[in-house]
Amino acid sequence: MRFRPSLLLDVGARSMVPTLVLVSLYVLVVGHDEPGGGFIGGLLAGVALLVVFLAGGAAQVSRVLPIDPLTMVGAGMSVAVATSVAGMVLGAGLLDAGKLELDLAWIGKISVGSTLVFDAGVYLVVVGLVAMVLTRLGAREETAP
Amino acid sequence: MIIVTNVAFVMLGVAAVLTLLRLFRGPSLADRMVALDTLLFIGAAAIGTYVTRTGNTVFAPVIVVIALVAFVGTVVVARAIEEESAG
Repeated sequence: MRFRPSLLLDVGARSMVPTLVLVSLYVLVVGHDEPGGGFIGGLLAGVALLVVFLAGGAAQVSRVLPIDPLTMVGAGMSVAVATSVAGMVLGAGLLDAGKLELDLAWIGKISVGSTLVFDAGVYLVVVGLVAMVLTRLGAREETAP
Repeated sequence: MIIVTNVAFVMLGVAAVLTLLRLFRGPSLADRMVALDTLLFIGAAAIGTYVTRTGNTVFAPVIVVIALVAFVGTVVVARAIEEESAG
């Protein structure tokens, strides 16, 4: 749907969208130790896409995305399934998580769990679904992809 | 600090009740939407007060998220009202 363009919203979206994506990535990364995770992060990135949609319409959403939403959902699903099956292949149970302690010299120590990879998959699925809703359902019939 | 946050919580509570009143009575859709928006920000302020009171920062990012996301709903309804009045 293309509404009457609004200068205020256009300029606002320009600063709003990168901030929202950054916050969504933050929520994704801290997900294992604090409130957050792939689903919430994905929804926040979805809100960023919604802002893009409100400012520029469905065409703008598909222009902003680097890859097709359907490919994004498929890739995310594959990553999530691969991580959960990997635990089984390595001898532990399905969905079992491993943890990797990284020592990054002056940045400090961080621990990366395999849950982060799983969450990244969930994130991609949620973002892809929101993008699909916006581009397929949001477009008028004649402009649908 | 406890007294200050107690006073703040009471004030936020009164503000929330008054806003809810506007939400129920509000003659037009726009009134209700502004009331909902205000309610969200009262919630954000309440979370901020809670974080100040307890020093527990687990919910601090929620304030950022509310501040970023709250306006989206208002914009959507504003667009709908615009469309309605246009044709």
